[in-house]
Amino acid sequence: MKLSIDSELCQGHNRCFALAPELVDVDDYGEAFVLNDGVVPDELRDKALLIIDNCPEFAISEVKS
Amino acid sequence: MLSPPATAPVDDWTTDYDIFDPEYVKDPTPVWKDLREGCPMARTDRRGIRSWLPTKYADVQALAKIVPELSSKDPLVVTLPPDMDVVDNSSGLNAPPISADPPEQIWTRRMILPAFAPRAVEAHREFTEDLCNRLIDGFIDDGRCDAAVDYAQQIPPRVIAHMLGFDPNKADDFTEWVRGVLELGLADPKIRVKYRDIIQNFLITEVTSRAKEPRDDYLSELLAMDIPEMKGREIQVVVGIANLLLIAGIDTTWSSIGSALYHFGTHPDDRRRLAADDALFPTALEEMLRYYSPVTMARMAQEDVPFGDIVIRDGEKVLMNFPGANHDEDAFEDADKVLIDRTRNRHIAFGSGIHRCAGSNLARLEMDVSVRTWFARIPEFEVSNPDAVTWAGGQVRGPRKLPMRF
Repeated sequence: MKLSIDSELCQGHNRCFALAPELVDVDDYGEAFVLNDGVVPDELRDKALLIIDNCPEFAISEVKS
Repeated sequence: MLSPPATAPVDDWTTDYDIFDPEYVKDPTPVWKDLREGCPMARTDRRGIRSWLPTKYADVQALAKIVPELSSKDPLVVTLPPDMDVVDNSSGLNAPPISADPPEQIWTRRMILPAFAPRAVEAHREFTEDLCNRLIDGFIDDGRCDAAVDYAQQIPPRVIAHMLGFDPNKADDFTEWVRGVLELGLADPKIRVKYRDIIQNFLITEVTSRAKEPRDDYLSELLAMDIPEMKGREIQVVVGIANLLLIAGIDTTWSSIGSALYHFGTHPDDRRRLAADDALFPTALEEMLRYYSPVTMARMAQEDVPFGDIVIRDGEKVLMNFPGANHDEDAFEDADKVLIDRTRNRHIAFGSGIHRCAGSNLARLEMDVSVRTWFARIPEFEVSNPDAVTWAGGQVRGPRKLPMRF
């Protein structure tokens, strides 16, 4: 599984960083970016789905290969 | 004692809604439900200006993205009469970035965001914990308190005074001033202008003294920032930003803390469950933010804006009904139920789009610390007389009297 964050949509709510700091981080302006090129280890798959479903800006999505 | 605005009864919520209706202030959820099913964009001509009330999550989300046609220059839910609207046509609220559109909104927002980033706000955790513990020390032996007045209300003004470098003894003044603008002054322009001017004068004094002699504090940092757009008018810009930081963080966060304690003080099953399981705090607090979202902001159309079946005409207002959006069944399963373990919760209590609450991380920290500290010290408590609980509404909704026994 691979995640992507649309930086045009992200407004820095930081819900993703609070829920899954293993998968995303935020810069000084609160803007989120994926770690590890967005690659989600299998054991963190549920967390990845959780941050997709909690983003108030619909900015996080799964990259379909 | 100042009293809430008088209000004529509402016959038809679709064409004559009133956010100050006493029943609506107490519990707006039935009205939202009716409107969502029959007329999701309600309107009113009360208080001098046509104003729209969206109730669907998708509509509020979409409206928040119509920038700058739906302008933030007048973000309070009630507009001042034209003859009293003397500050930059901004309904008495010169508080960028919340009262600004791009491009000013962008650079003023970037000035303040770093201080409110998730790691940056952690610097205020210890202060907030000490404060909460001291407050509880003051009433724990009594076995009762007013959790709104003696606890929730005391926290945000002290945290913000601490952050801005203001005299902590002025915290009660700050609360009175902010209520004067956002709560009691909403329907009474004279009260609003009076407190707006008190705040302005206080901030001008504080900011000017730092411009002359910089201190080791946040306002001095803001003044010293190298922002081309601010050159030559540093004091004016920083007074505006300080106005936002003072006004936006007090009534709002206090309301969230109070609403959370209200919920757990009236729902013993949820209280016991949370007291027994610390791991539920993150989802429980997000659920409190969703269910009891305190803040409604306003936009004003700068041109005719078609939206679905309606047209929002130039000069009309739209209330960004984030609280109502957060109760929409199309966006939340069992939307009218509080589920403290709700894991999928895309709520917009802090708004959405470019005006997402800049202080949301600090607000969450204050809420987390204050509710956790309360539960650690006072795990068993209940609202002693639910009929004696009073609510403020309009711009910011939350309990203002909350008698608790423990």
